[in-house]
Amino acid sequence: MSHFSPTAAVNYFFNYFLMKGVLVTIGLTVAAVIGGLILGMGIALMRMSSNPVLSGFSRFYIWFFRGTPLLIQLVVIYSGLPQLGIKFSVITCALVGLILNEAAYLAEIVRSGFMAVSAGQREAAWALSLSPWVTFRRVTLPQAFRLMIPPLGNSINSLLKATSLASVISVEELMRRSDMLMQEHFQILEVYAAATAYYLILTSVWDAIQRRLEKHFGRSSAAKSRRIAATAPVAQTSVEARA
Amino acid sequence: MSEISMNTASGVEGATAQSQLRDVPAVRMEAVYKHYGDFTALDQVDLKVAKGEKIVVCGPSGSGKSTLIRCINHIEKHDEGLIYVNGVELDHQRKNIDAVRRDTGMVFQSFNLFPHMTVLENCILAPMTVNGMSEAEAKDLAMHFLTKVRIPDQAEKFPGQLSGGQQQRVAIARALCMRPKIMLFDEPTSALDPEMVKEVLETMKKLAEEGMTMLCVTHEMGFAREVADRIVFMNEGKVVEQAAPEEFFQHPKSERARTFLDQIIH
Repeated sequence: MSHFSPTAAVNYFFNYFLMKGVLVTIGLTVAAVIGGLILGMGIALMRMSSNPVLSGFSRFYIWFFRGTPLLIQLVVIYSGLPQLGIKFSVITCALVGLILNEAAYLAEIVRSGFMAVSAGQREAAWALSLSPWVTFRRVTLPQAFRLMIPPLGNSINSLLKATSLASVISVEELMRRSDMLMQEHFQILEVYAAATAYYLILTSVWDAIQRRLEKHFGRSSAAKSRRIAATAPVAQTSVEARA
Repeated sequence: MSEISMNTASGVEGATAQSQLRDVPAVRMEAVYKHYGDFTALDQVDLKVAKGEKIVVCGPSGSGKSTLIRCINHIEKHDEGLIYVNGVELDHQRKNIDAVRRDTGMVFQSFNLFPHMTVLENCILAPMTVNGMSEAEAKDLAMHFLTKVRIPDQAEKFPGQLSGGQQQRVAIARALCMRPKIMLFDEPTSALDPEMVKEVLETMKKLAEEGMTMLCVTHEMGFAREVADRIVFMNEGKVVEQAAPEEFFQHPKSERARTFLDQIIH
């Protein structure tokens, strides 16, 4: 077997067993993003708090989870914690590890987004006597979120690939199932070609989603020049259409 | 305790209460201090502004002008002294701060419009969320004030699509939508291209003619001469002198005011 068989690679690509692994990869990513964003938002708020205990804890959290490999975190949660009597299912272990790790990165992204909103925006909101909640929800959050999208996209791209580390603790996602197929048939290149194609497809789909998000949330600033040019003719054509 | 609520609580007859209310100054500052670390931004400032009065605050940069008016709506916290706005004491209590902010409108040097909202959305946000107005009511109100600042046709645009002068006029309209009793202007024309200064000053003049109480930090001495009832000159955190514009420009009392006027009037 000294050659590469494209047919075999295509067959692996359409292998039902492998496709199920892809679904697990997608599931892990989506769950970790949602969990990570919620936890990360909390960590970021703590980090920005004037309370030294809260901001200190948040600082420690970010330092710890960004400073150690995800692989070690997963292995410790899966094999280490049972030693202390704490036992989770395999998939829960993977999710806990991925969420805890992702939250540390997302917290910094969330924080930088909020810090980039100018102080003048908050002052204007105060001067208009907006409540803190309205100020957050309507003034700072939308502006911060727009700034968060590019780094958020980067982080989610990394996360998508990092889910492959869950294979080490025997979560049957794309990487693990590729391994299993490989060990059965020893068509190493063919199996991993199929897996690689799936990863590329997933990251490309995410890229496309990210671009749409950027466009949607950037419309007020990015669309500036376009709109100036567009408003008058658009109004005209609609009148013509009606006539 | 606020002077207004004391008046009403004492059950004075309507007319008397009203005349007493009229006597309550719009702004009263007594021995106000503000420090930034070792730097004293406000140094024992006393100031009284009557209702309907137009004050122009001027002075060299770093003299505390902006800090002074930013303390009036508690965007900046004063460290010592007393500040009353329409009789409500700014004592760092949430409820009093909110009351004062509802009575005051502020216009900033850098406009500070919300860039992700249209002009109209900028104007209706506070009336709807703070005053509980319906969207239709708030829109009517907003269009009323946008018409007043002469840009009703820009209502659906985003701030970034407008010129600086237009943005500042929107900022004025946005503040007016909360029907403030006092307007604070913090160098409203300093960030504008020269050809846009006039349209903003005209809008402010119109507001002044309608009897709005105004405190304005500005270097526009023409505006000061024409509109101000009183010039407040500050230096190193202190109110150095206060006088009617004529007197201040013709016969400045302090040496510091003389050098300042020499430098800015060509």
